[in-house]
Amino acid sequence: MKFEYAEADRAFAQEVRDFVRQALPDDIRRKVRQGLRLERSDYQRWHVLLNERGWGAPHWPVEHGGTGWTAMQRYIFGEETLVAHAPRVVNAGISLVGPMLIAFGSAQQKERFLPGIRDSSTWWAQGYSEPDSGSDLASLRTRAVRDGSDFIVSGHKIWTSYAHFADMIFCLVRTNPDVKAQMGISMLLIDARAPGVTVRPIRMLEGGTDLNEVFFDEVRVPGANLVGEIDMGWTYAKHTLNNERTGIAGVAACKQQLQRLKSLVANHGLKGDAILCGRIAALEMQAMALEYMGLKIYSANRVTRTTEAAPSILKVRGTELRQDIYALMVQVAGPEAVPFVPEAFDDGYAGETASLPDSMGLAANYLDARKLSLYGGANEVQRNLIAKALFTS
Amino acid sequence: MDFSLDEDQLSMVEATRRFLESEYDYARRGDPVDAAKSAARWAELAAMGLLGVPIAARWGGAGQGMVELALLAREMGRCHAGEGVMASVVLGARLLQQAGDEAQCQAWLPRLVAGQARLALAHAEPGSRHDITQVGTRATAHAGGWVLSGHKSLVIAGGQADALLVLARTAGGTHDRAGLSLFLVPRDADGLRVQDFQTLDGRRAAHLQLQAVKVPASSLVGPLHDAMALLEPAIDAATIWCCAEAAGAMDALIGTTTEYLQNRKQFGLPLARFQVLQHRMADCMIAMEQAESMAYAAAVVFDQAPREMHRRVIATAKVLGAQAGQQIGEAAIQLHGAMGMTDECRVGHYAKLLMTLGLLFGDAHHHTRWYAENGLDWSAVETHAPPEPKARAQADAALAS
Repeated sequence: MKFEYAEADRAFAQEVRDFVRQALPDDIRRKVRQGLRLERSDYQRWHVLLNERGWGAPHWPVEHGGTGWTAMQRYIFGEETLVAHAPRVVNAGISLVGPMLIAFGSAQQKERFLPGIRDSSTWWAQGYSEPDSGSDLASLRTRAVRDGSDFIVSGHKIWTSYAHFADMIFCLVRTNPDVKAQMGISMLLIDARAPGVTVRPIRMLEGGTDLNEVFFDEVRVPGANLVGEIDMGWTYAKHTLNNERTGIAGVAACKQQLQRLKSLVANHGLKGDAILCGRIAALEMQAMALEYMGLKIYSANRVTRTTEAAPSILKVRGTELRQDIYALMVQVAGPEAVPFVPEAFDDGYAGETASLPDSMGLAANYLDARKLSLYGGANEVQRNLIAKALFTS
Repeated sequence: MDFSLDEDQLSMVEATRRFLESEYDYARRGDPVDAAKSAARWAELAAMGLLGVPIAARWGGAGQGMVELALLAREMGRCHAGEGVMASVVLGARLLQQAGDEAQCQAWLPRLVAGQARLALAHAEPGSRHDITQVGTRATAHAGGWVLSGHKSLVIAGGQADALLVLARTAGGTHDRAGLSLFLVPRDADGLRVQDFQTLDGRRAAHLQLQAVKVPASSLVGPLHDAMALLEPAIDAATIWCCAEAAGAMDALIGTTTEYLQNRKQFGLPLARFQVLQHRMADCMIAMEQAESMAYAAAVVFDQAPREMHRRVIATAKVLGAQAGQQIGEAAIQLHGAMGMTDECRVGHYAKLLMTLGLLFGDAHHHTRWYAENGLDWSAVETHAPPEPKARAQADAALAS
């Protein structure tokens, strides 16, 4: 066991840090730092820069432009980029569609879609959840019926992140209603601007509109856009989900928010509040333990009872800790958190904010953070996975 | 930080585990052990080289650090097999090696490593709780030697030690950091009364009463009046040991409880099929992962990082360890039902071990308070100017209109 990372890992962390400091455009860094809304073009500009460095799709196979990094390097990359206020990768093309097409797509699909995913010129949204199919995703009902070589798709997707940016939506659709739920699902690549596709933003309780409903009304999809075999979509989706683990612990985010919490405490003249300081200390200690847990989990030869559920463990602890930090920040702000001006998150907003600068938007941040324990598999589902690993170990 | 183990560490863990698993019959773990059995086990540990882990090769030890001790502690915790290693090796021998002169080291360290003698540290006093500077026991210079008088409490494995390292005041008042010195006092010294008793975890500790105990000048260990500089790192090492031993006990409890939930059926199903129980186990697993990672992190920091980093990490390890220990101990008892409350079931014995380890050397509250008062770093706080009166006036006007 070594205090420093292995020399190579330390050098790598420095390399990532140096690159982000030099390459990340100032306006994007500022927006991320201040928690302002990012545009599609902001995400794309950053991804183009990453791609030029060869880091556009770290988790892809090397022959398709991946980096061949170790699990530790991927972990370091995820944390270091967040610390440096780089945008998260939210275009699902890079995180999910690319690996899926590489593994299961046809030669023609790879040729047609991978270049646009790699350079981020195509924005992909994930059409999985439906109004009646959340954690129980396999019960989904959006139907695709054969019409010659095409499919006709009808149904209703919801919680589709960034669908308002999307050129393409990769969808799980029911192609066989007569077999076990998981067996009759296929994966279709659907043009988000095809006739019959309607995207409707959902306004969330904190004022954000990143999530959408997507309606499919007899949308014609070419048969060439079926991924792999018919009725095999569930397998592809599951395989692909295991691919994306970058930044899952959110250690960097925890540290940033703890810093913000302390600033808030200092600015409200509460540094002498012993009970409050005890609670901050408890959160800081949790953050330290989260960080070391992440490093231990990804160190070589450290097998535990639940090694295969390691991402679930980091996801649960990391997201719930961040939620706790936001909750305490709101309490520290007290009445300052009551004014609620969602427009103030738009870049260039010039109106009154009605709060002290560091209290502005705290309530919205806290509310938005409720999503952390919901997305990427609700934390209840993650706990199922941890228990499953434990009981089969 | 890199947590991977090297070949030597892996084989040490494996050999220790194999020995402990066979030596410590599961059904008896945590039961008090008679002196003969305990002596035989001590000899075995010595034969395996485990009593000399942190002791230099010139005294017969392995010359290793806190990381290796933490790995050993975790294995011992898994088998409820602490056996006073923390008392004699981590606190006693390690401290003597650091502070003792050549003659003291020569007299004791080879015998300690070989399992022929034991040491214990007597630092706490009645009512001192976790404040190691609160020392009322006095050592007074007399006829070229020292005379010690006072009370020492909760000396772990004190009744089994051949000599005691006694912290006594040579100058200053009861709460002063300065003016403390360490003396090596033989177990059979005149005027030393040892009240040996059993502890919560089935082991032994002792209260000491020193009534004008005379020791020669050569009994002073380390610098006069400045024992605190020695003692704090020693207590840190013992704290890390407790955290790692607790991590091992947690692993044992999670293993036993997992197995029980798989086998025990109610309502026609194994308990492992009930989601509410699955989620409780998942939370225990997360708590253990954090506590174990912190214990190792503290060991690595202790060995390799600058001293100013130590306190925060060690405090965090102890808080997470004590909290996870309580959480997992309580869950294991609850999930075993009434069976978990019997003396026969080993679950309660591990839970008592976790309670003990959680309370020694500062509990979660103590270390959280330390962190809140001394560990929070406010230096990078971004302060903002108070709102400008003009903006306030505008806001007032807007409200009025």
